[in-house]
Amino acid sequence: MIPLSWYVLLSAALFTIGVVGVLTRRNVFIILMSIELMLNAANINLVAFSHYLQNLTGQIFVIFVITVAAAEAAVALALIILLARNRGTVYVDEFNIMKG
Amino acid sequence: MINQIVFLYFAAVIVLSAVLTITRRNPVHSVLFMLLLFFHIAGVFVLLNAEFLAAVQLIVYAGAILILYLFVVMLLNVDRESKSDRANRFWPWIVAFGLVIFAEIGLLVARGSFPLEGGQIMNKTGIKELGIDLYTKYLVPFEIASVILLVGLVGAVMLAKKKND
Amino acid sequence: MPDMQIILPYVFSLGIPAVLLVSFIMLNAMYLQLMERKVLAWMQNRVGPMRTGPWGLLQPVADAVKFIFKEDIIPAKADKWVFSAAPLILLVMAFGGFVAIPFGSSVQVFGKTIPLWVSDLNVGILYILSMASVGTYGVIMAGWASNNKYSLMGGFRSAAQMISYEIPMAFAVLTVVLMAGSLNLSDIVNAQSKQWFIYALPVGPVAFVLYLISGIAETNRVPFDLPEAESELVAGYFTEYSGIRFGLFFMAEYMNMLIVSLLVSIMFLGGWLPVQLFPDWLGSVGLVTGINRLLAMIPGVIWLLLKLYGFMFFYIWLRATLPRYRYDQLMAVSWKFLLPVSLGTLLVTAFMKQAGWL
Repeated sequence: MIPLSWYVLLSAALFTIGVVGVLTRRNVFIILMSIELMLNAANINLVAFSHYLQNLTGQIFVIFVITVAAAEAAVALALIILLARNRGTVYVDEFNIMKG
Repeated sequence: MINQIVFLYFAAVIVLSAVLTITRRNPVHSVLFMLLLFFHIAGVFVLLNAEFLAAVQLIVYAGAILILYLFVVMLLNVDRESKSDRANRFWPWIVAFGLVIFAEIGLLVARGSFPLEGGQIMNKTGIKELGIDLYTKYLVPFEIASVILLVGLVGAVMLAKKKND
Repeated sequence: MPDMQIILPYVFSLGIPAVLLVSFIMLNAMYLQLMERKVLAWMQNRVGPMRTGPWGLLQPVADAVKFIFKEDIIPAKADKWVFSAAPLILLVMAFGGFVAIPFGSSVQVFGKTIPLWVSDLNVGILYILSMASVGTYGVIMAGWASNNKYSLMGGFRSAAQMISYEIPMAFAVLTVVLMAGSLNLSDIVNAQSKQWFIYALPVGPVAFVLYLISGIAETNRVPFDLPEAESELVAGYFTEYSGIRFGLFFMAEYMNMLIVSLLVSIMFLGGWLPVQLFPDWLGSVGLVTGINRLLAMIPGVIWLLLKLYGFMFFYIWLRATLPRYRYDQLMAVSWKFLLPVSLGTLLVTAFMKQAGWL
């Protein structure tokens, strides 16, 4: 039998990798994908706790998380296409038009 | 015992492919490692008796969301990537920071007690129960989720539309 | 030996079905190609392959030998890893889909029960859909990694097409799931013991046609074969492939056709249930029950295979008959016609199910 703490640790590792990805990478695609990594880490936790608590609420939350991730991906990718079209780059540190 | 070995395999591949996802130079390769990751997360869901979610993970996450990423990455096809830096100049600090976060969570997990440590097995796969819960107890969130999807749809179309038509 | 006692049940419940399944798939992947060439030839008043073996029966062997011994070229500018992984992904996903398909109820051989499925998943139909949707990656990866504009166009077209047609397909499947009340394929077949779902008026035939159209589009076959439209895109996403990798693409295509045909037979035509020539309400007439009983004596697997090859013939028939769609027409068919119709079908089915008319 797998202890619940293993799942929590796996999810923590995945979440940390996501955080590092968001904070370090310059390519906006990778940043978005790192956000997806973090969402997935949360999903693992939700499903694991739902399994060990014998309660389906966690699984229903995962469905909502996936829904929101889908909407987020659609809007974010549309924004990136616009940015790439107008500024000609996908690197976040080159979007410096607001800098004084 | 078998379960534990299978879990360790899944966990190892998940962590490895996550690291590869955020370190690849070419975003297309990142997307493909992400696909590998989603497959193994679906595997973890199956271990947790959540077959329905495993299927949803593959159909929606891998089959729709990630395909969208792949499309946009390929369409924008950034060739400059090979010349410039992958990460910003703070990256060693941030990696150290990430390690600290992980160590902290690990410490909390080690210190804390999980009353469910023994673990029960959910006998019913619960697809039917999942559906009933979703359409009765969680009906309002469900409707709101559909509105979010609609907003996302309209927003994406409005943003990506060219101005002159 | 105590070990054998533990292993033996697995051999009968898992090992033998798996071996049977793999040999079935491999045989079909080889000989469907011959069937296609032969049937096309007959329809066009030719004889088809005749030189290798009697009636060209050894043609698949010759083709396989040719595929294996031809030089396997990887273009210099191609992305090597993605290029070699693409056909494998496509093939593995096609193989993976078969695992959840039941070919009949279990059979008794020498007193042992051997199931005719490898895994009777309770989310079987969703599993097969997910395998199909991940298969798209193989196509788009092949197109991108070849570093060839025709391949890229083919890959993009194919991915857009597969995603667009997945939606009406999923709705048609959901209609069936609603009617059967289960995601398990065996349950879906058993729910049709009284009446096949294609006869479930008014939604059954509509869902059947929807599924068939989107299934054909999903497998990139004529009249939806735009990704490999040879007159526009050389050979589409596998232009740059040669040798055994090209052969893998071919195999995957035939395997996907097999899966679609199997699913149509299982979901709408009662799977391994025998054909009932006469409806039940005629059952009191002696001759009718006699014929029905005679038909029921034929094993279920035979029925399923008959239905399966019927659909394979239909695929080839379409190829011999119809011209190709234009790209904008293809998209319009999916989003402006199939999607609304499938949504409507789903709504009507839900209503009828709730009212108890189904």
